[in-house]
Amino acid sequence: MFLLYEYDFFWAFLIISILVPILAFFISGVLAPISKGPEKLSTYESGIEPMGDAWLQFRIRYYMFALVFVVFDVETVFLYPWAMSFDVLGVSVFIEAFIFVLILIIGLVYAWRKGALEWS
Amino acid sequence: MIIDTTEIETINSFSKLESLKEVYGIIWMLVPILTLVLGITIGVLVIVWLEREISAGIQQRIGPEYAGPLGILQALADGTKLLLKENLIPSTGDTRLFSIGPSIAVISIFLSYSVIPFGDHLVLADLSIGVFLWIAISSIAPVGLLMSGYGSNNKYSFLGGLRAAAQSISYEIPLALCVLSISLLSNSSSTVDIVEAQSKYGFWGWNLWRQPIGFIVFIISSLAECERLPFDLPEAEEELVAGYQTEYSGIKFGLFYIASYLNLLVSSLFVTILYLGGWNLSIPYIFVPDLFDINKRGKVFGTLIGLFITLAKTYLFLFIPIATRWTLPRLRMDQLLNLGWKFLLPISLGNLLLTTSSQLLSL
Repeated sequence: MFLLYEYDFFWAFLIISILVPILAFFISGVLAPISKGPEKLSTYESGIEPMGDAWLQFRIRYYMFALVFVVFDVETVFLYPWAMSFDVLGVSVFIEAFIFVLILIIGLVYAWRKGALEWS
Repeated sequence: MIIDTTEIETINSFSKLESLKEVYGIIWMLVPILTLVLGITIGVLVIVWLEREISAGIQQRIGPEYAGPLGILQALADGTKLLLKENLIPSTGDTRLFSIGPSIAVISIFLSYSVIPFGDHLVLADLSIGVFLWIAISSIAPVGLLMSGYGSNNKYSFLGGLRAAAQSISYEIPLALCVLSISLLSNSSSTVDIVEAQSKYGFWGWNLWRQPIGFIVFIISSLAECERLPFDLPEAEEELVAGYQTEYSGIKFGLFYIASYLNLLVSSLFVTILYLGGWNLSIPYIFVPDLFDINKRGKVFGTLIGLFITLAKTYLFLFIPIATRWTLPRLRMDQLLNLGWKFLLPISLGNLLLTTSSQLLSL
């Protein structure tokens, strides 16, 4: 777990921050009152009894956005190492990165024209 | 035989010493972490108070005034109240997802604080991937929101969770591209290096002047990432009751509340670090009297001044998001997605290419 020494503090901080919600749940579990009732535990639907489940199949419009997001996020991740050693790599690598970005811009234009970015 | 046992004893005592050292090491590691957690908590309490007071000022109300002087303890009183309230878990929902959701949201935002330099090398972990770690970790939070929206088994919550996820993935790419331009300017993703790259020429050295487009895109995207007005669609009261938080009560609601303000604080801190020169005093060198020249003073004093300057810049910047909340109306969902994908994304890509071109000229 502690192979990279730089990250020791990060892991320790992760453990401490996991303890924060656990501690909060514990304290509230000790202090908070409990009084159950069927109406109280039903889900809220503007005051009337809930009609059916919320776990149903319906068309998620965000699906196409999620697909385009994956493409662009991976692109950004690939560009980071290039940006950090930009002064070393120079012009030739800049042209390569430029072509890479250009392909993605063409991809964005394609997705745009195909209507992947349209709501409705 | 006797020699053998003494040898074993010495080895044992050595290993005991080693384990003691390890224990001390762990304790010394805990001190800065717990200090940071305490500092963050106080920072969030201050933000809550500040937001209430500024909102009251804008709406010509008085605001909190009873809890402590000027109502400064109001946030603490609210937190205590939430801790004492009953925890309701919807009977038809998924109990595990329902509890894990807010925890993930809080933990992931807490972790982003590990790379923030509050002063001259006053940083928990100066990682070489610094800013990138923040971008990577902050995108875990929507998973928690999605979990809580799904686990509530409530239609409002489900829609709110989906909206939160869609919104944060739409605005993450412009945000990441803006940060990319910054790390290109300073040739490093480490937050400390980024601040040090801005230390020359006083406030003329700020990245704000070199990246004006990136700065504006960054502010808009970070507002959207924090789900604050005008981008608070996941919790739009008029349409979705309270979005993914509808079913939450007690401390679980409190965790969401804390998470949103933690997120606001962390984005404001990152604006300070990336664009406003971090812990540097940022007044051109001629005007700096000896008292404020950090190099000539003791290390502790310099660090304290750095901490003070960082926090001053951060909290002054916070006035913008808080005032925006009461100035701009909420966007519609299609407007939100259009703004993210068809406006900010092309602009931030153009900004990146512009930055690289100018860097190429200066090579």
